[in-house]
Amino acid sequence: MALQALTDPTGLISMDSTGPYLHWGVVQISVANLAVILLMLVVFALALFLPFPGSRR
Amino acid sequence: MSAPTTGTERMWTARLRGRAVQAFPPEQLLPDKQPAYVSSWIYVFGVATLAALAMVLTSGIVLALLGPQWYHVSNVGRFVNSLHLWSVELFFFTMVIHLWGKFFMAAWRGKRALTWVTGAIAFLGSIATAFTGYLIQSNFDSQWISTQAKDGLNSVGVGAWFNVLDYGQMLLFHVILFPLILGVLVIWHVLLVRRRGVVPPFAADDTVVPQQPEEVAR
Repeated sequence: MALQALTDPTGLISMDSTGPYLHWGVVQISVANLAVILLMLVVFALALFLPFPGSRR
Repeated sequence: MSAPTTGTERMWTARLRGRAVQAFPPEQLLPDKQPAYVSSWIYVFGVATLAALAMVLTSGIVLALLGPQWYHVSNVGRFVNSLHLWSVELFFFTMVIHLWGKFFMAAWRGKRALTWVTGAIAFLGSIATAFTGYLIQSNFDSQWISTQAKDGLNSVGVGAWFNVLDYGQMLLFHVILFPLILGVLVIWHVLLVRRRGVVPPFAADDTVVPQQPEEVAR
């Protein structure tokens, strides 16, 4: 209990077991890794379309 | 009659200095202006990767200096250990976006093939370096990763030289060998970027890619 309180004071995330995984045929990916990949795609799209501060275009 | 010479210009130091200045003039090595098209967020991710790498190296040096009895036990040690992990996560996050951006720009245009190749090899080298880092966590996670990875490395015939079950070898690979190789690759990559300039975006009706576009924006 003490360890859980230390690693996750909010109690929302269980650190004592493996995270959830998605299975699609031979493809297997953790939700955490998929979330990071999706976040990278979002940041990539934002980098393309958001105006850069101070640009004279 | 030839001009009198002192002989110093024939020394290897003088010749090396001449070639270095010719290849990397100071104003090109440390420019104060960039092309106007660099005013875009997509050009930020290369230097963001370098910043994350600096954080990885700094936290790694602190971990190496103070040792596992510190970073596995004390609160500050565990914080720096986490800082090392999360700066690696940020390093790969920004590097992958940098890779995507450069891929879709076809950044190997305009005699920049070697810049692309050194970047790609540095990316693969980073994976190897991070992999050995996961192997030396000295926990069940590192045991699991090493016992899974040994079969893959043995199957391609490199297990005798890259033995993931050999903790000492993996520790030295992670803190000395791979960072040295990666450091050389990164410096080479950045020098090539300085030499050839940042790749311009695709022009609508222009097939000629300048090697050093005119610098117009600060």
